[in-house]
Amino acid sequence: MLKISHISKTFNPGTNSEKLAIDDLSLDVKKGDFITIIGANGAGKSTLFNAILGSFITDRGSIALDGKDVTLESQHTRARDIGVLFQDPMRGSAPGMTIGENLALAAGHGGWLSHVTRAEREDFKKRLSVLGMGLEDRMNQPVGLLSGGQRQALTLLMATINPPKLLLLDEHTAALDPATADKVLELTNSIVSENNLTCLMVTHNMQQALDMGNRTIMMNKGNIIYDVTGQKRSALTVDDLLRKFKEVSGTTLDNDRMLLS
Amino acid sequence: MDSYIMLGQTALELGLIGGLTVLALFLSYSMLNVCDLSTDGCFTLGATVGAVVALAGHPLLSIPAAMCAGVVSGFVTAFLQTKMGINSLLAGIIVNTGLYSVNIAVMGNSSLLNMNTTDTVFTMLKGALKGTPLADWYKTIIALIAVVLVVVILALFLRTRLGLAIRATGDNPDMVKSSSVNPVFTTIVGLCISNAFTALSGCLLAQSQKSVNIDIGSGMVTVALASLLIGNAFMGKGRIAKRAVGVVLGSIIFRLVYTIALRFNMPAFMLKAVSSIIVIIAIAGPYLKSRYPMYARRLAHRRSLRNGGGDNA
Repeated sequence: MLKISHISKTFNPGTNSEKLAIDDLSLDVKKGDFITIIGANGAGKSTLFNAILGSFITDRGSIALDGKDVTLESQHTRARDIGVLFQDPMRGSAPGMTIGENLALAAGHGGWLSHVTRAEREDFKKRLSVLGMGLEDRMNQPVGLLSGGQRQALTLLMATINPPKLLLLDEHTAALDPATADKVLELTNSIVSENNLTCLMVTHNMQQALDMGNRTIMMNKGNIIYDVTGQKRSALTVDDLLRKFKEVSGTTLDNDRMLLS
Repeated sequence: MDSYIMLGQTALELGLIGGLTVLALFLSYSMLNVCDLSTDGCFTLGATVGAVVALAGHPLLSIPAAMCAGVVSGFVTAFLQTKMGINSLLAGIIVNTGLYSVNIAVMGNSSLLNMNTTDTVFTMLKGALKGTPLADWYKTIIALIAVVLVVVILALFLRTRLGLAIRATGDNPDMVKSSSVNPVFTTIVGLCISNAFTALSGCLLAQSQKSVNIDIGSGMVTVALASLLIGNAFMGKGRIAKRAVGVVLGSIIFRLVYTIALRFNMPAFMLKAVSSIIVIIAIAGPYLKSRYPMYARRLAHRRSLRNGGGDNA
Protein backbone atom coordinates (compact mmCIF):
# COMPACT_ATOMS: atom_id res chain seq x y z
CA MET A 1 0.00 0.00 0.00
CA LEU A 2 2.69 2.45 1.07
CA LYS A 3 6.26 1.86 -0.06
CA ILE A 4 8.93 4.22 1.21
CA SER A 5 12.36 3.60 -0.27
CA HIS A 6 15.53 5.16 1.09
CA ILE A 7 14.20 8.64 1.78
CA SER A 8 16.39 11.30 3.39
CA LYS A 9 15.70 14.87 4.42
CA THR A 10 18.08 17.50 5.77
CA PHE A 11 16.61 20.73 7.11
CA ASN A 12 18.55 24.01 6.80
CA PRO A 13 21.45 22.48 4.86
CA GLY A 14 24.72 24.41 5.05
CA THR A 15 23.78 26.35 8.17
CA ASN A 16 24.51 26.00 11.87
CA SER A 17 21.10 24.51 12.46
CA GLU A 18 21.54 21.84 9.81
CA LYS A 19 19.63 18.74 10.85
CA LEU A 20 19.42 15.36 9.22
CA ALA A 21 15.81 14.60 10.16
CA ILE A 22 15.27 11.48 8.06
CA ASP A 23 18.27 9.28 7.28
CA ASP A 24 17.87 6.70 4.50
CA LEU A 25 14.57 5.40 5.81
CA SER A 26 12.66 2.58 4.13
CA LEU A 27 9.27 1.21 5.14
CA ASP A 28 6.86 -1.16 3.47
CA VAL A 29 3.27 -0.95 4.68
CA LYS A 30 0.77 -3.63 3.62
CA LYS A 31 -2.89 -2.95 2.96
CA GLY A 32 -4.87 -3.13 6.19
CA ASP A 33 -1.79 -2.72 8.39
CA PHE A 34 -2.21 -0.67 11.57
CA ILE A 35 1.28 0.38 12.60
CA THR A 36 2.07 2.15 15.84
CA ILE A 37 5.20 4.30 15.90
CA ILE A 38 7.21 5.19 19.00
CA GLY A 39 10.46 7.04 19.52
CA ALA A 40 12.19 9.77 21.50
CA ASN A 41 11.58 13.48 20.93
CA GLY A 42 13.15 14.52 17.65
CA ALA A 43 13.45 10.96 16.35
CA GLY A 44 11.77 12.00 13.10
CA LYS A 45 8.28 10.58 13.65
CA SER A 46 6.42 13.73 12.65
CA THR A 47 8.95 14.44 9.89
CA LEU A 48 8.21 11.00 8.46
CA PHE A 49 4.50 11.87 8.44
CA ASN A 50 5.19 15.21 6.78
CA ALA A 51 7.25 13.45 4.13
CA ILE A 52 4.39 11.05 3.44
CA LEU A 53 1.89 13.95 3.39
CA GLY A 54 4.08 15.96 1.05
CA SER A 55 4.46 19.09 3.15
CA PHE A 56 8.04 18.95 1.86
CA ILE A 57 9.70 16.99 -0.92
CA THR A 58 12.40 14.57 0.27
CA ASP A 59 16.03 15.11 -0.80
CA ARG A 60 16.45 11.53 -1.93
CA GLY A 61 14.44 8.34 -2.25
CA SER A 62 10.88 7.66 -3.34
CA ILE A 63 7.42 7.25 -1.86
CA ALA A 64 4.76 5.17 -3.58
CA LEU A 65 1.15 5.00 -2.48
CA ASP A 66 -1.00 2.14 -3.76
CA GLY A 67 1.44 1.46 -6.58
CA LYS A 68 1.61 5.09 -7.68
CA ASP A 69 4.80 7.12 -7.27
CA VAL A 70 3.85 10.27 -5.32
CA THR A 71 7.40 11.42 -4.46
CA LEU A 72 7.06 14.72 -6.33
CA GLU A 73 3.31 15.22 -5.98
CA SER A 74 1.95 18.25 -4.13
CA GLN A 75 0.37 17.98 -0.73
CA HIS A 76 -3.22 18.64 -1.80
CA THR A 77 -3.03 16.03 -4.56
CA ARG A 78 -1.82 13.40 -2.11
CA ALA A 79 -4.43 14.50 0.43
CA ARG A 80 -7.16 12.92 -1.70
CA ASP A 81 -5.80 9.53 -0.62
CA ILE A 82 -4.38 10.37 2.80
CA GLY A 83 -6.31 11.39 5.90
CA VAL A 84 -4.43 12.96 8.80
CA LEU A 85 -5.04 13.95 12.42
CA PHE A 86 -2.57 16.04 14.38
CA GLN A 87 -2.10 16.46 18.11
CA ASP A 88 -3.70 19.92 18.09
CA PRO A 89 -7.48 19.43 17.85
CA MET A 90 -7.82 22.99 16.49
CA ARG A 91 -5.87 22.08 13.38
CA GLY A 92 -8.32 19.84 11.62
CA SER A 93 -11.51 21.89 11.29
CA ALA A 94 -12.56 25.45 10.47
CA PRO A 95 -13.85 27.16 13.65
CA GLY A 96 -15.90 29.83 11.88
CA MET A 97 -17.83 27.34 9.79
CA THR A 98 -20.63 25.09 11.03
CA ILE A 99 -20.28 21.36 11.71
CA GLY A 100 -22.37 20.67 8.62
CA GLU A 101 -20.21 22.92 6.43
CA ASN A 102 -17.01 21.32 7.68
CA LEU A 103 -18.34 17.87 6.89
CA ALA A 104 -19.59 19.03 3.48
CA LEU A 105 -16.14 20.33 2.66
CA ALA A 106 -14.51 17.07 3.79
CA ALA A 107 -17.02 14.92 1.92
CA GLY A 108 -16.53 17.00 -1.20
CA HIS A 109 -19.00 15.11 -3.38
CA GLY A 110 -19.85 16.57 -6.76
CA GLY A 111 -18.28 19.45 -8.65
CA TRP A 112 -16.90 22.72 -7.35
CA LEU A 113 -20.23 24.49 -7.71
CA SER A 114 -22.37 21.75 -6.17
CA HIS A 115 -24.43 22.33 -3.04
CA VAL A 116 -24.94 19.93 -0.15
CA THR A 117 -28.08 17.87 -0.70
CA ARG A 118 -30.66 16.90 1.89
CA ALA A 119 -29.60 13.25 1.58
CA GLU A 120 -26.00 14.20 2.34
CA ARG A 121 -27.07 16.14 5.42
CA GLU A 122 -29.01 13.11 6.65
CA ASP A 123 -25.89 11.02 6.08
CA PHE A 124 -23.79 13.52 8.08
CA LYS A 125 -26.32 13.37 10.91
CA LYS A 126 -26.16 9.61 11.00
CA ARG A 127 -22.38 9.60 11.10
CA LEU A 128 -22.30 12.27 13.82
CA SER A 129 -24.71 10.29 15.99
CA VAL A 130 -22.22 7.39 15.96
CA LEU A 131 -19.78 9.63 17.86
CA GLY A 132 -22.26 9.71 20.75
CA MET A 133 -21.51 13.36 21.54
CA GLY A 134 -24.82 14.87 20.53
CA LEU A 135 -23.20 16.70 17.63
CA GLU A 136 -25.95 15.52 15.26
CA ASP A 137 -28.27 18.11 16.81
CA ARG A 138 -25.71 20.92 16.45
CA MET A 139 -25.08 20.74 12.70
CA ASN A 140 -25.67 24.48 12.26
CA GLN A 141 -23.41 25.58 15.08
CA PRO A 142 -19.90 26.86 14.40
CA VAL A 143 -17.16 24.34 15.16
CA GLY A 144 -15.40 26.96 17.30
CA LEU A 145 -17.95 26.26 20.05
CA LEU A 146 -16.92 22.60 20.40
CA SER A 147 -14.53 21.23 23.02
CA GLY A 148 -11.12 19.85 22.01
CA GLY A 149 -12.33 16.25 22.25
CA GLN A 150 -15.42 16.96 20.20
CA ARG A 151 -13.34 18.73 17.58
CA GLN A 152 -10.88 15.85 17.37
CA ALA A 153 -13.74 13.37 17.00
CA LEU A 154 -15.20 15.57 14.25
CA THR A 155 -11.79 15.75 12.57
CA LEU A 156 -11.58 11.95 12.68
CA LEU A 157 -14.97 11.77 11.00
CA MET A 158 -13.92 14.34 8.39
CA ALA A 159 -10.66 12.52 7.64
CA THR A 160 -12.43 9.22 7.11
CA ILE A 161 -15.76 10.29 5.58
CA ASN A 162 -14.35 9.22 2.22
CA PRO A 163 -12.28 6.24 3.42
CA PRO A 164 -8.66 7.24 2.62
CA LYS A 165 -6.08 4.76 1.38
CA LEU A 166 -3.89 5.76 4.29
CA LEU A 167 -4.72 7.31 7.66
CA LEU A 168 -1.99 9.10 9.62
CA LEU A 169 -2.51 9.78 13.34
CA ASP A 170 0.14 11.99 14.93
CA GLU A 171 -0.42 11.69 18.69
CA HIS A 172 -4.01 12.65 18.02
CA THR A 173 -5.20 12.04 21.58
CA ALA A 174 -2.19 13.51 23.43
CA ALA A 175 -3.83 16.91 23.99
CA LEU A 176 -7.11 15.50 25.32
CA ASP A 177 -8.10 14.66 28.88
CA PRO A 178 -7.80 10.91 29.66
CA ALA A 179 -11.51 10.09 29.42
CA THR A 180 -11.94 11.94 26.12
CA ALA A 181 -8.71 10.43 24.80
CA ASP A 182 -10.07 6.94 25.51
CA LYS A 183 -13.29 7.80 23.74
CA VAL A 184 -11.49 9.13 20.66
CA LEU A 185 -9.17 6.10 20.59
CA GLU A 186 -12.18 3.80 20.77
CA LEU A 187 -13.75 5.67 17.85
CA THR A 188 -10.47 5.45 15.96
CA ASN A 189 -10.35 1.69 16.44
CA SER A 190 -13.91 1.15 15.30
CA ILE A 191 -13.63 3.43 12.25
CA VAL A 192 -10.31 1.89 11.21
CA SER A 193 -11.55 -1.70 11.53
CA GLU A 194 -14.95 -0.95 9.99
CA ASN A 195 -13.36 0.52 6.85
CA ASN A 196 -10.34 -1.78 6.96
CA LEU A 197 -8.10 1.31 6.77
CA THR A 198 -4.34 1.22 6.48
CA CYS A 199 -3.11 3.31 9.36
CA LEU A 200 0.07 4.72 10.91
CA MET A 201 -0.20 6.06 14.45
CA VAL A 202 2.46 7.93 16.39
CA THR A 203 1.98 7.61 20.13
CA HIS A 204 3.98 8.39 23.23
CA ASN A 205 2.10 5.78 25.22
CA MET A 206 4.12 2.54 25.07
CA GLN A 207 1.28 0.37 26.32
CA GLN A 208 -1.02 1.84 23.69
CA ALA A 209 1.62 1.18 21.04
CA LEU A 210 1.55 -2.50 21.92
CA ASP A 211 -2.21 -2.78 22.47
CA MET A 212 -3.34 -1.15 19.24
CA GLY A 213 -2.62 -2.24 15.68
CA ASN A 214 -0.72 -5.23 14.35
CA ARG A 215 2.82 -3.89 14.03
CA THR A 216 5.06 -1.52 16.02
CA ILE A 217 8.11 0.36 14.84
CA MET A 218 10.59 2.30 16.93
CA MET A 219 12.39 5.30 15.50
CA ASN A 220 15.65 6.98 16.46
CA LYS A 221 17.74 9.65 14.72
CA GLY A 222 15.66 9.66 11.57
CA ASN A 223 15.53 5.95 11.03
CA ILE A 224 13.68 2.81 12.09
CA ILE A 225 15.67 0.91 14.71
CA TYR A 226 13.16 -1.77 15.61
CA ASP A 227 10.25 -3.28 13.74
CA VAL A 228 8.11 -5.96 15.35
CA THR A 229 4.94 -7.79 14.37
CA GLY A 230 3.02 -11.02 14.88
CA GLN A 231 3.57 -13.34 17.84
CA LYS A 232 6.84 -11.77 18.83
CA ARG A 233 4.97 -8.50 19.30
CA SER A 234 2.14 -10.05 21.32
CA ALA A 235 4.69 -11.32 23.82
CA LEU A 236 6.32 -7.89 24.28
CA THR A 237 5.93 -5.75 27.39
CA VAL A 238 6.67 -2.06 27.90
CA ASP A 239 9.84 -3.00 29.78
CA ASP A 240 10.96 -5.10 26.82
CA LEU A 241 10.48 -2.09 24.56
CA LEU A 242 12.52 0.18 26.84
CA ARG A 243 15.30 -2.40 27.06
CA LYS A 244 15.20 -2.86 23.31
CA PHE A 245 15.56 0.86 22.80
CA LYS A 246 18.62 1.07 25.03
CA GLU A 247 20.16 -1.94 23.34
CA VAL A 248 19.73 -0.64 19.79
CA SER A 249 20.32 3.08 20.31
CA GLY A 250 22.78 3.00 23.19
CA THR A 251 20.80 5.61 25.17
CA THR A 252 17.68 5.54 27.26
CA LEU A 253 14.37 6.57 25.80
CA ASP A 254 14.23 10.18 26.90
CA ASN A 255 10.72 11.10 25.99
CA ASP A 256 9.50 12.82 29.14
CA ARG A 257 5.88 12.20 28.37
CA MET A 258 6.56 8.51 27.93
CA LEU A 259 7.89 8.26 31.44
CA LEU A 260 4.83 9.96 32.81
CA SER A 261 2.33 7.74 31.09
CA MET B 1 -38.27 68.76 2.82
CA ASP B 2 -37.52 67.90 -0.78
CA SER B 3 -33.87 68.59 -0.25
CA TYR B 4 -33.84 66.07 2.60
CA ILE B 5 -35.34 63.39 0.38
CA MET B 6 -32.76 64.22 -2.25
CA LEU B 7 -29.95 63.94 0.27
CA GLY B 8 -31.32 60.64 1.50
CA GLN B 9 -31.60 59.43 -2.05
CA THR B 10 -27.99 60.41 -2.80
CA ALA B 11 -26.80 58.66 0.35
CA LEU B 12 -28.78 55.55 -0.55
CA GLU B 13 -27.45 55.52 -4.08
CA LEU B 14 -23.81 56.04 -3.01
CA GLY B 15 -24.28 53.52 -0.22
CA LEU B 16 -25.54 50.90 -2.64
CA ILE B 17 -22.88 51.53 -5.29
CA GLY B 18 -20.15 51.58 -2.65
CA GLY B 19 -21.84 48.54 -1.12
CA LEU B 20 -20.56 46.51 -4.05
CA THR B 21 -17.00 47.24 -2.95
CA VAL B 22 -17.99 46.36 0.61
CA LEU B 23 -19.33 43.02 -0.65
CA ALA B 24 -16.01 42.50 -2.44
CA LEU B 25 -14.20 43.03 0.87
CA PHE B 26 -16.76 40.79 2.57
CA LEU B 27 -15.43 38.03 0.32
CA SER B 28 -11.71 38.89 0.44
CA TYR B 29 -11.36 40.30 3.98
CA SER B 30 -14.05 38.48 5.98
CA MET B 31 -14.05 35.16 4.15
CA LEU B 32 -10.59 34.73 2.63
CA ASN B 33 -8.86 36.74 5.39
CA VAL B 34 -6.82 38.71 2.84
CA CYS B 35 -6.67 42.49 3.20
CA ASP B 36 -6.72 43.41 -0.48
CA LEU B 37 -4.94 46.76 -0.74
CA SER B 38 -5.32 46.82 -4.51
CA THR B 39 -8.97 47.76 -3.95
CA ASP B 40 -8.43 51.49 -4.64
CA GLY B 41 -6.67 50.90 -7.95
CA CYS B 42 -9.10 48.19 -9.00
CA PHE B 43 -12.06 50.46 -8.25
CA THR B 44 -10.52 53.13 -10.49
CA LEU B 45 -9.73 50.49 -13.12
CA GLY B 46 -13.41 49.48 -13.24
CA ALA B 47 -14.34 53.16 -13.57
CA THR B 48 -11.89 53.93 -16.37
CA VAL B 49 -12.49 50.74 -18.38
CA GLY B 50 -16.27 51.12 -18.01
CA ALA B 51 -16.07 54.77 -19.05
CA VAL B 52 -13.91 54.12 -22.10
CA VAL B 53 -16.20 51.32 -23.33
CA ALA B 54 -19.29 53.49 -22.72
CA LEU B 55 -17.66 56.40 -24.55
CA ALA B 56 -17.02 54.03 -27.45
CA GLY B 57 -20.79 53.60 -27.67
CA HIS B 58 -21.35 50.35 -25.77
CA PRO B 59 -23.04 51.24 -22.47
CA LEU B 60 -24.20 47.67 -21.75
CA LEU B 61 -20.87 46.14 -22.65
CA SER B 62 -19.15 48.53 -20.23
CA ILE B 63 -20.34 46.49 -17.23
CA PRO B 64 -18.85 43.09 -18.17
CA ALA B 65 -15.77 44.84 -19.56
CA ALA B 66 -15.12 46.56 -16.22
CA MET B 67 -15.70 43.32 -14.32
CA CYS B 68 -13.29 41.41 -16.58
CA ALA B 69 -10.66 44.07 -15.95
CA GLY B 70 -11.27 43.55 -12.22
CA VAL B 71 -10.80 39.79 -12.59
CA VAL B 72 -7.44 40.34 -14.29
CA SER B 73 -6.35 42.76 -11.57
CA GLY B 74 -7.44 40.32 -8.85
CA PHE B 75 -5.62 37.50 -10.58
CA VAL B 76 -2.35 39.46 -10.63
CA THR B 77 -2.68 40.33 -6.92
CA ALA B 78 -3.46 36.71 -6.03
CA PHE B 79 -0.72 35.31 -8.26
CA LEU B 80 1.91 37.55 -6.65
CA GLN B 81 1.01 36.42 -3.14
CA THR B 82 0.48 32.72 -3.82
CA LYS B 83 3.06 31.92 -6.47
CA MET B 84 5.71 34.67 -6.25
CA GLY B 85 6.31 34.67 -2.51
CA ILE B 86 5.26 38.29 -2.07
CA ASN B 87 3.54 39.17 1.20
CA SER B 88 -0.18 39.63 0.60
CA LEU B 89 -0.29 43.26 1.81
CA LEU B 90 2.70 44.15 -0.33
CA ALA B 91 1.20 42.37 -3.36
CA GLY B 92 -1.88 44.59 -3.05
CA ILE B 93 0.19 47.76 -2.73
CA ILE B 94 2.37 46.85 -5.72
CA VAL B 95 -0.65 46.15 -7.92
CA ASN B 96 -2.32 49.33 -6.67
CA THR B 97 0.71 51.40 -7.67
CA GLY B 98 0.97 49.71 -11.05
CA LEU B 99 -2.70 50.28 -11.72
CA TYR B 100 -2.23 54.05 -11.50
CA SER B 101 -0.23 53.96 -14.73
CA VAL B 102 -2.61 51.43 -16.26
CA ASN B 103 -5.58 53.67 -15.48
CA ILE B 104 -3.98 56.76 -17.05
CA ALA B 105 -3.17 54.65 -20.10
CA VAL B 106 -6.74 53.32 -20.30
CA MET B 107 -8.04 56.89 -20.29
CA GLY B 108 -5.71 57.68 -23.19
CA ASN B 109 -2.94 59.52 -21.38
CA SER B 110 -5.41 61.65 -19.48
CA SER B 111 -6.41 61.76 -15.83
CA LEU B 112 -10.00 62.81 -16.47
CA LEU B 113 -12.81 61.60 -18.72
CA ASN B 114 -16.14 63.32 -19.14
CA MET B 115 -19.35 61.41 -19.89
CA ASN B 116 -21.84 64.30 -19.87
CA THR B 117 -23.32 63.40 -23.23
CA THR B 118 -22.44 59.72 -23.22
CA ASP B 119 -25.02 56.94 -23.18
CA THR B 120 -24.58 54.89 -20.00
CA VAL B 121 -26.68 52.25 -18.27
CA PHE B 122 -28.06 55.09 -16.17
CA THR B 123 -29.15 57.28 -19.10
CA MET B 124 -30.69 54.20 -20.70
CA LEU B 125 -32.90 53.52 -17.68
CA LYS B 126 -33.60 57.22 -17.25
CA GLY B 127 -35.01 57.28 -20.79
CA ALA B 128 -37.06 54.16 -20.16
CA LEU B 129 -38.58 55.51 -16.93
CA LYS B 130 -39.43 58.95 -18.31
CA GLY B 131 -42.90 60.08 -17.18
CA THR B 132 -43.35 57.31 -14.59
CA PRO B 133 -43.37 57.95 -10.83
CA LEU B 134 -40.01 56.20 -10.57
CA ALA B 135 -38.33 58.65 -12.96
CA ASP B 136 -36.23 60.26 -10.25
CA TRP B 137 -35.04 56.94 -8.85
CA TYR B 138 -33.27 55.53 -11.89
CA LYS B 139 -29.82 55.68 -10.30
CA THR B 140 -31.00 54.00 -7.11
CA ILE B 141 -32.81 51.30 -9.09
CA ILE B 142 -29.71 50.32 -11.06
CA ALA B 143 -27.55 50.31 -7.94
CA LEU B 144 -30.17 48.25 -6.10
CA ILE B 145 -30.40 45.69 -8.92
CA ALA B 146 -26.61 45.32 -8.95
CA VAL B 147 -26.44 44.91 -5.17
CA VAL B 148 -29.27 42.37 -5.04
CA LEU B 149 -27.67 40.34 -7.82
CA VAL B 150 -24.27 40.36 -6.13
CA VAL B 151 -25.72 39.46 -2.71
CA VAL B 152 -27.68 36.55 -4.18
CA ILE B 153 -24.69 35.32 -6.19
CA LEU B 154 -22.39 35.58 -3.16
CA ALA B 155 -24.82 33.86 -0.81
CA LEU B 156 -25.31 30.98 -3.23
CA PHE B 157 -21.65 30.79 -4.16
CA LEU B 158 -20.36 30.67 -0.59
CA ARG B 159 -22.49 27.58 0.04
CA THR B 160 -21.01 25.65 -2.90
CA ARG B 161 -18.08 23.34 -2.42
CA LEU B 162 -15.73 25.95 -3.87
CA GLY B 163 -17.26 28.62 -1.63
CA LEU B 164 -16.79 26.44 1.45
CA ALA B 165 -13.19 25.80 0.39
CA ILE B 166 -12.59 29.56 0.07
CA ARG B 167 -14.05 30.17 3.54
CA ALA B 168 -11.96 27.38 5.05
CA THR B 169 -8.83 28.87 3.45
CA GLY B 170 -9.45 32.08 5.38
CA ASP B 171 -10.72 30.38 8.52
CA ASN B 172 -8.05 27.73 9.09
CA PRO B 173 -5.13 27.75 6.62
CA ASP B 174 -3.45 24.89 8.55
CA MET B 175 -6.42 22.66 7.95
CA VAL B 176 -6.62 23.52 4.26
CA LYS B 177 -2.90 22.90 3.78
CA SER B 178 -3.28 19.27 4.80
CA SER B 179 -6.56 18.80 2.91
CA SER B 180 -7.23 18.10 -0.74
CA VAL B 181 -8.10 21.77 -1.25
CA ASN B 182 -5.35 23.77 -2.94
CA PRO B 183 -5.13 27.13 -1.09
CA VAL B 184 -3.43 28.70 -4.12
CA PHE B 185 -6.48 27.92 -6.23
CA THR B 186 -9.03 29.14 -3.67
CA THR B 187 -7.11 32.38 -3.06
CA ILE B 188 -6.91 33.12 -6.78
CA VAL B 189 -10.59 32.40 -7.40
CA GLY B 190 -11.63 34.41 -4.34
CA LEU B 191 -9.62 37.48 -5.29
CA CYS B 192 -10.70 37.33 -8.94
CA ILE B 193 -14.36 37.35 -7.92
CA SER B 194 -13.99 40.03 -5.25
CA ASN B 195 -12.09 42.32 -7.63
CA ALA B 196 -14.78 41.85 -10.28
CA PHE B 197 -17.25 43.29 -7.76
CA THR B 198 -14.89 46.14 -6.86
CA ALA B 199 -14.51 47.05 -10.54
CA LEU B 200 -18.29 46.87 -11.03
CA SER B 201 -18.64 49.28 -8.14
CA GLY B 202 -16.17 51.73 -9.73
CA CYS B 203 -17.81 51.41 -13.13
CA LEU B 204 -21.26 52.26 -11.75
CA LEU B 205 -20.00 55.19 -9.67
CA ALA B 206 -18.26 56.74 -12.68
CA GLN B 207 -21.31 56.35 -14.87
CA SER B 208 -23.69 57.69 -12.26
CA GLN B 209 -21.61 60.84 -11.74
CA LYS B 210 -20.91 61.07 -15.48
CA SER B 211 -17.20 61.50 -15.10
CA VAL B 212 -14.15 59.64 -14.00
CA ASN B 213 -10.87 60.98 -12.69
CA ILE B 214 -7.77 59.18 -11.58
CA ASP B 215 -8.57 59.79 -7.88
CA ILE B 216 -12.06 58.28 -7.96
CA GLY B 217 -10.95 55.22 -6.00
CA SER B 218 -8.51 56.72 -3.57
CA GLY B 219 -9.21 55.70 0.02
CA MET B 220 -11.95 53.34 -1.14
CA VAL B 221 -10.51 50.40 0.78
CA THR B 222 -10.77 52.26 4.10
CA VAL B 223 -14.26 53.59 3.36
CA ALA B 224 -15.40 50.08 2.41
CA LEU B 225 -13.71 48.55 5.45
CA ALA B 226 -15.47 51.07 7.69
CA SER B 227 -18.81 50.13 6.12
CA LEU B 228 -18.02 46.43 6.49
CA LEU B 229 -17.21 46.82 10.17
CA ILE B 230 -20.36 48.90 10.78
CA GLY B 231 -22.35 46.14 9.07
CA ASN B 232 -20.65 43.47 11.19
CA ALA B 233 -21.55 45.37 14.33
CA PHE B 234 -25.25 45.12 13.44
CA MET B 235 -25.52 41.82 11.60
CA GLY B 236 -22.14 40.12 11.95
CA LYS B 237 -23.46 36.75 13.09
CA GLY B 238 -25.63 34.12 11.48
CA ARG B 239 -26.14 33.04 7.92
CA ILE B 240 -23.95 34.28 5.11
CA ALA B 241 -26.88 35.93 3.30
CA LYS B 242 -27.82 37.89 6.41
CA ARG B 243 -24.24 39.03 6.94
CA ALA B 244 -23.96 40.08 3.29
CA VAL B 245 -27.11 42.18 3.58
CA GLY B 246 -25.67 43.55 6.81
CA VAL B 247 -22.52 44.89 5.19
CA VAL B 248 -24.57 46.62 2.47
CA LEU B 249 -26.66 48.21 5.21
CA GLY B 250 -23.38 49.21 6.85
CA SER B 251 -22.42 50.98 3.64
CA ILE B 252 -25.76 52.83 3.49
CA ILE B 253 -25.57 53.79 7.17
CA PHE B 254 -22.05 55.10 6.65
CA ARG B 255 -23.17 57.30 3.74
CA LEU B 256 -26.24 58.53 5.63
CA VAL B 257 -24.21 59.53 8.66
CA TYR B 258 -21.69 61.19 6.38
CA THR B 259 -24.44 63.08 4.55
CA ILE B 260 -25.92 64.26 7.84
CA ALA B 261 -22.48 65.38 8.97
CA LEU B 262 -22.18 67.38 5.76
CA ARG B 263 -25.48 69.11 6.59
CA PHE B 264 -23.91 70.18 9.86
CA ASN B 265 -21.17 71.85 7.85
CA MET B 266 -18.51 69.18 8.10
CA PRO B 267 -16.23 69.86 5.14
CA ALA B 268 -16.49 67.22 2.40
CA PHE B 269 -12.80 66.44 2.54
CA MET B 270 -13.31 64.90 5.99
CA LEU B 271 -14.85 61.74 4.47
CA LYS B 272 -11.62 59.82 4.51
CA ALA B 273 -10.53 60.90 7.97
CA VAL B 274 -13.92 59.82 9.31
CA SER B 275 -13.66 56.43 7.63
CA SER B 276 -10.14 55.97 9.02
CA ILE B 277 -11.34 56.74 12.53
CA ILE B 278 -14.27 54.33 12.20
CA VAL B 279 -11.93 51.54 11.10
CA ILE B 280 -9.56 52.27 13.98
CA ILE B 281 -12.37 52.24 16.54
CA ALA B 282 -13.97 49.11 15.11
CA ILE B 283 -10.74 47.11 15.13
CA ALA B 284 -8.98 48.56 18.18
CA GLY B 285 -12.15 48.67 20.31
CA PRO B 286 -12.59 44.92 20.82
CA TYR B 287 -8.84 44.53 21.30
CA LEU B 288 -8.67 47.19 24.01
CA LYS B 289 -11.76 45.75 25.63
CA SER B 290 -10.11 42.34 25.90
CA ARG B 291 -7.04 43.96 27.47
CA TYR B 292 -9.09 46.03 29.90
CA PRO B 293 -8.91 43.63 32.88
CA MET B 294 -5.12 43.72 32.71
CA TYR B 295 -5.00 47.52 32.54
CA ALA B 296 -7.48 47.74 35.42
CA ARG B 297 -5.43 45.45 37.60
CA ARG B 298 -2.19 47.28 36.84
CA LEU B 299 -3.81 50.58 37.72
CA ALA B 300 -5.17 49.18 40.95
CA HIS B 301 -1.75 47.79 41.77
CA ARG B 302 -0.04 51.16 41.20
CA ARG B 303 -2.66 52.90 43.27
CA SER B 304 -2.17 50.53 46.16
CA LEU B 305 1.61 51.03 45.97
CA ARG B 306 1.13 54.78 46.08
CA ASN B 307 -1.08 54.38 49.15
CA GLY B 308 1.76 52.64 50.92
CA GLY B 309 0.40 49.13 50.68
CA GLY B 310 2.77 46.38 49.61
CA ASP B 311 -0.13 44.17 48.69
CA ASN B 312 -0.19 42.74 45.22
CA ALA B 313 -3.90 43.27 44.69
